[in-house]
Amino acid sequence: MSSLSAARAQMEVSLGFHMIFAAIGVAMPAMMLIAEWRWIRRGDADARRLAHVWAKFTAVTFAIGAVSGTALSFELGLLWPAFMAFAGPLIGPAFALEGYAFFIEAIFLGLYLYGWDRLSRWTHWWCGAAVAVSGALSAVLVLAANAWMQNPVGFEMGVDGKPAHVDAWAVFLNPAWPPMALHSTLAAYQAVGFAAAGIYAWTLWRTDRRDAYARTGLGIAMAIASIAAVIQPLAGDVLARRDYLHQPAKLAAMEGQFTTETRAPLRIGGWPDTDRAETRYAIEIPAALSFLAAHDPDAEVQGLDRFPRDQWPNVPANHFSFQIMVGAGTATLFAGAWYWLARWRRRRSDAALPWMLLAVLTACAPLGLIALEAGWVVTESGRQPWVIYRVMRTADAVTPIANVWGSLSMFSGVYAGLLVLLIVFARRLRASEAR
Amino acid sequence: MLAASMALAMFASLVTYAVLAGADFGAGVWDLLSLGERSPAHRAALARAISPVWEANHVWLIFLIVLLFTCFPAAYAQASVALFWPLHFVLIGIVLRGAAFVFRAYDAPSAASHAAWSRVFGASSVVTPILLGMCLGAVSSGDVTVWAAPFPFATGILALSIDAYLAAIYLAWESDDVALQEDFRIRAVVVWWIGGAASVAALLLASTHAPHLWRGLTSFPAAALVAGGALLAPLSFAALWFRRYHAARILGAGQIVALLSGWAAAQWPYLIYPELTVTGAAAPASTLTLIAVTLPFGLAILLPSLWFLFAVFKAKTAK
Repeated sequence: MSSLSAARAQMEVSLGFHMIFAAIGVAMPAMMLIAEWRWIRRGDADARRLAHVWAKFTAVTFAIGAVSGTALSFELGLLWPAFMAFAGPLIGPAFALEGYAFFIEAIFLGLYLYGWDRLSRWTHWWCGAAVAVSGALSAVLVLAANAWMQNPVGFEMGVDGKPAHVDAWAVFLNPAWPPMALHSTLAAYQAVGFAAAGIYAWTLWRTDRRDAYARTGLGIAMAIASIAAVIQPLAGDVLARRDYLHQPAKLAAMEGQFTTETRAPLRIGGWPDTDRAETRYAIEIPAALSFLAAHDPDAEVQGLDRFPRDQWPNVPANHFSFQIMVGAGTATLFAGAWYWLARWRRRRSDAALPWMLLAVLTACAPLGLIALEAGWVVTESGRQPWVIYRVMRTADAVTPIANVWGSLSMFSGVYAGLLVLLIVFARRLRASEAR
Repeated sequence: MLAASMALAMFASLVTYAVLAGADFGAGVWDLLSLGERSPAHRAALARAISPVWEANHVWLIFLIVLLFTCFPAAYAQASVALFWPLHFVLIGIVLRGAAFVFRAYDAPSAASHAAWSRVFGASSVVTPILLGMCLGAVSSGDVTVWAAPFPFATGILALSIDAYLAAIYLAWESDDVALQEDFRIRAVVVWWIGGAASVAALLLASTHAPHLWRGLTSFPAAALVAGGALLAPLSFAALWFRRYHAARILGAGQIVALLSGWAAAQWPYLIYPELTVTGAAAPASTLTLIAVTLPFGLAILLPSLWFLFAVFKAKTAK
């Protein structure tokens, strides 16, 4: 195994793992706060129990997120020293500000988790609010670094291969940042909201459809998830249009667009055959891609034929991930709409939700997380072969160390084990709730 | 000037990490070595002590690394290549330690799983500070790639004993139970001698294996700082001996600050000897300025929050 493949795999394993915990750290505090608010304001005992259980879950996931995030801050250099030597001064400011946000998150999470009996109710709630805000802010700030890799700004290429005329503030003025930050942060709420909703829907479906505790849990989770799911397609549209203008090779790979054409169709599904340079077996909606990308059905969409073969991303991986993300996101959106419609129709009665809806929500539990991971594959693999788009190739950034497969195996083993343990923990936590 | 102040900020993060998170590692050491009938009480006391604060304490390391790759990217890149394996082991240690600690606290349904998590937590709390100490030793030794050598090994053992010493003092101070207090006091007394031996060993090894550092340590100002640390060491021991835990705590932490200051002064102006100096590895002025300008704002939010955290969980009410 070459160092490049091993280093990429280790980065994928590490980020793919960390992302789940980061998403939980962003969304779970918001859910805890809504639950605790209901308890303080309405004396709702179920809501208090929910806040406690979610806090326990957050305690474990935040710790794992913090240590796996630490690992990433080292792995950036361990695996990609040339990238960090170049980009450190340019993306470092985003990480530095994220550092403060993360500090605040850790401090107030400690106060929240261990301060139930030491702080007044509202002080406790406000500590939780600090966690929720700084958690979201951490995500937004760290995405500035990723946006910079997609659209590097704030420097000129120096003669010595180092960045010259550096403007360190530029990372915060990058037009690529706001749409990415919005899209990815929303994805965290959507993923965690639907995952939690699925767990409570399952309880209602399989045990007691009138269980007030599970209904409250479902309601709070669905509120967070649905708001995110509604805004998400709009944020995604802004991002895809940026790709159309600024990262056309990525858009072409996402959509399986091999040849440049006007009135480009939107391809749903299909198999991108890179040898024959065509996407086969897709359902094609005529001119829809041109319309979505440029808001003009006659617009030209650049295909992969505009780029030398060695500058293509991995087209099948990109196309499939994109299809999975859009499909999963859309499914959750419809499930959410059905849930609120059902709630609205029962607004004056105490009738239980239909079992079919509960079954669908249960099935949707993993979809948000799948969409989150798939979307990340789209944006990162779509940037390849560049680590810094059109500035530095991933292959030129990799560590000179030979046996990277060794560290890859270590991390894969540890992270796989921790994921299994986390699922066991979540199941036990649910079982303890039921008692 | 800017680069020097950023190096100072990094050093401040390192010292804070050593004094706060170091003791959290040390608590894990005592968790591992906890035997006998009071063992559950020891574990409960140290878990209570570190639970609310260890994650915030841990962030100082992240902060240090972020400052390093932002302000001194060349040094970060070089250390990442030279210390590829020990840093990977550090990371695995950090991940296992954090995971074991929270799983033990929240998801240990049986005595067996509790014991298993305790062993993982304890073992990773021993290995990780040794490796971190070895990395620091390698950075000063003259060849950063040689980390598995006598001098880095001595600094690794020194780091571990410092952490265990601080933890034992803090735990003695925080315990309300006299028997527990005595247990942690005896542990601190024993490990003080190990730490002393490790310091002498590291110093002697530096004279042959890290000559640049040795020259620094034996001339002003590093020599004065190290002498200050050498003076504080018996004082903190005396305070411990006479059960003045409050004083022992401050003197013990002061001793670590003096030791690290001496090391930093001897290392100056190098980040990695002999290749990279503070100015040679520095990022462009624009980056340094941004970090310097935002730092006071960040600290203005951070320090009161930290104060609040420690006031809520570490204030001694009945003493």
